[in-house]
Amino acid sequence: MAHCAACHGDQGDGGVGVPLALPAFLESVDDSFLRTTIRLGRPGRVMPAFSTLSDAQVDALVGHIRGWSGKPEPVFAPTPVKGDAQHGKELFAKYCASCHGEMGEGGSGTGVTFSRRRKLPIIAPALNNPGFLAAASDEMIKHTLEFGREGTPMRSFLVQGLSEQDINDLVSAIRSMEDSEYTGSRPEVTLDEAVIITESPYTLEETIENLKESIISQNFLLIRTDYLEHGLVEEGKEDKRQVILHFCNFKLLFDALAIDPRVGMFLPCRVTVVEREGKVLVMTINPMYLSHLFNNDELDEACKQMHGIYNEILEDATL
Amino acid sequence: MNRSFLFGVVAGLLLYFPGASAEDVVMARCALAFPEAMLVLQESIRDHGYTVARVQRIDIGLTGMGYKTDKYRIVFAGKAEEIRYLTENAPQLIPYLPPKISIFAEGEQTILVTSHPKLYAEIAGAAIDPVIFERWTNDLYSIFHDVRMAE
Ligand code: HEC
Ligand code: HEC
Repeated sequence: MAHCAACHGDQGDGGVGVPLALPAFLESVDDSFLRTTIRLGRPGRVMPAFSTLSDAQVDALVGHIRGWSGKPEPVFAPTPVKGDAQHGKELFAKYCASCHGEMGEGGSGTGVTFSRRRKLPIIAPALNNPGFLAAASDEMIKHTLEFGREGTPMRSFLVQGLSEQDINDLVSAIRSMEDSEYTGSRPEVTLDEAVIITESPYTLEETIENLKESIISQNFLLIRTDYLEHGLVEEGKEDKRQVILHFCNFKLLFDALAIDPRVGMFLPCRVTVVEREGKVLVMTINPMYLSHLFNNDELDEACKQMHGIYNEILEDATL
Repeated sequence: MNRSFLFGVVAGLLLYFPGASAEDVVMARCALAFPEAMLVLQESIRDHGYTVARVQRIDIGLTGMGYKTDKYRIVFAGKAEEIRYLTENAPQLIPYLPPKISIFAEGEQTILVTSHPKLYAEIAGAAIDPVIFERWTNDLYSIFHDVRMAE
């Protein structure tokens, strides 16, 4: 359970992930929904796929989650809900898109985490997500729409004045998202692109000065420049041919934290300058490569931008 | 352009191709508040034989921008001889060094995040004996265990 607690909280009250302990949530999902969600995760929406856990481990997790409400799992008829998907789409644009996104791609950011800005107390999950659609039965979705989830921004749409037929239409619209073939924005970054690297025609010192200029001209604040071995070896004994420039842009930082509070792994921004065999090389991580670990499409998008900025800084400084 | 150096970088990288999984990012939740969790983390890092090279604040002004926390730090740590060995033998790994752990407050609790050391193993490629990263992995899980269990 420690795997889950890091994101969902020890008591299931949420964090980077959504709350799992709320009675209204547990009343609206069956065990098969929980099992499939654990197995498949939510591709591109932070929730990882736990494909290597044994069935017994998954059952134990489900039992643990169920234990928070102390009530048996709800039972939903396996029959598909019949509705008019086209009408459902219109209703979706009107009633749902403001929280769940135009295409059902979910709200910006995830979960409830306390450490960042967010529009809602709980970010609306992605509904066009293959992990969600595989886990949720029609009747389960219908139940959530009819009853809402008390204690979350998700309201009952019967109470809000929709008819049962409207709700059936909405279920069909959500189900039809399966066909719209979610591809995600996940860029294909291969291992040979894990670093961005350029050779500088200048000396180590000149290259560092150039970098400082290009970092500032890209609207970053230079935090500090020191040796890669700083703090690891006695002062004065560092390898002087490996220098790191640390820099930051607060606006970008705030935006990134709202997308995924785990972005500390990309921070602060750094460029490393190395002198080897008379050559000066300028290197950075490729944020797009690191990003693929986080299962977060929004983060991938932001990292694509950062990749462009890093490239420009390196090019500028080695022109 | 130093062809042989660059070639080494690229060849080293081409040998492995990683796929994403639940293990790629290692996280831990600590019941302690941020300052205490930070102490436990640094103590455990040292107990495992690593040096804390620096603690970087990245949270200056966060509350001013509407965040509920102003406690977000990056802890850089490593063993001097290992880091030197890696920068010399796996230059493509240099921009990823020294390794780091993110630590931030979430309400009254604290979250730790880092990349699984297999990230370094994949980038370092065949030039480096993987045993070093296996050791990092064991130590990392042990350090996170310390923080998770701390009361
Ligand atoms: C890295 C963070 C993270 C981890 C680790 C994680 N989750 Fe999640 N989980 C999420 C996020 C984020 C969502 C919501 C996805 C969205 O917004 O589209 C989610 C969604 C879910 C849901 C669906 C909730 C709903 O309202 O439909 C379940 C069930 C769930 N997680 C269970 C688990 C379990 C069990 C584990 C451990 C085996 C786990 N999660 C581990 C982040 C995480
Ligand atoms: C005010 C914002 C808001 C609006 C409007 C809204 N939702 Fe939600 N919805 C949420 C949130 C937040 C959750 C997650 C609740 C939780 O944590 O259990 C949710 C959950 C859901 C779920 C369950 C998803 C899952 O992963 O378990 C479905 C299905 C859903 N909403 C469909 C809809 C539909 C259809 C509409 C329009 C008729 C709609 N919602 C309108 C905020 C909203």
